[in-house]
Amino acid sequence: MERIVFYCLAAVIIAFGVASVTSRKMLRSVIYLSFVLISIAGIFFLVDYNFLAAIQLTVYAGGIVVLIIFSVLLVHHIEMELEMAKASKKIVTAIACLIGLGVFLTAIYSYDFNVINNSLTTTTADIGTGLLSYEAGGFILPFEVISVLLLASMIGAIVIAKGKKLTEKNNQPQ
Amino acid sequence: MIHGISIYEILTVTSILFFIGVYGFITRTNLISILISVELILNASVVNFVIINKYLFPEVLQGVYFSIFIIAVAAAETALAVSIIINLYRQISSVEVKDIETMKY
Repeated sequence: MERIVFYCLAAVIIAFGVASVTSRKMLRSVIYLSFVLISIAGIFFLVDYNFLAAIQLTVYAGGIVVLIIFSVLLVHHIEMELEMAKASKKIVTAIACLIGLGVFLTAIYSYDFNVINNSLTTTTADIGTGLLSYEAGGFILPFEVISVLLLASMIGAIVIAKGKKLTEKNNQPQ
Repeated sequence: MIHGISIYEILTVTSILFFIGVYGFITRTNLISILISVELILNASVVNFVIINKYLFPEVLQGVYFSIFIIAVAAAETALAVSIIINLYRQISSVEVKDIETMKY
């Protein structure tokens, strides 16, 4: 049963991933991206990390995709078709990507992973304790740093998106 | 872990996803499409962290923490990128890579 679910998710991920980088309509490409992200949340559910799947669904499928859709709607006409790269460039890139994929897969399949059979469940409380722990292996410092990063990027986004008006006001003589 | 699925199959899927992202990053000529490709690449790395944590080191949670941080950084990056794209569109009315010659004023 889990095998079938995994193969369906993998097929959806690869098919819609390809569709999202080759589609000529901007909005459709974003919707395909959201299908990929939701299927990845499904993989997280399969390996029993429910908290991570919830984060993936809310932050990625809920937040980032909506943000990108907003920018598409502000910037494009919906029916506009995208300009594509030259066919020669596409073919060269595809060959390079296939070679890279071959290197990756040879490296992966020639390495003998020491897999531990387990069915441990992780609760959200475990994750929270580890994130806020001061002891060795605790993640309190990156947690604080990421909060400062989010604040900085929020202020930066506001300043950049308002850009022109702010600079005009700054350039006026006092 | 997923019963009946080996780690090799999942790593194969994430490698393919990563190279789909690289392909889109190189061939697309539009800033928003490039942003979408970056999201695909980041997601492939997130799945790798989680899978390696679950299959090889199930008793620790380091991979989960790193995935959470990657997702947070990706959200911050997307917010900034969208604001830059909107600002550029206001000034030069285009989001094509070839039209962007200057990022300052």
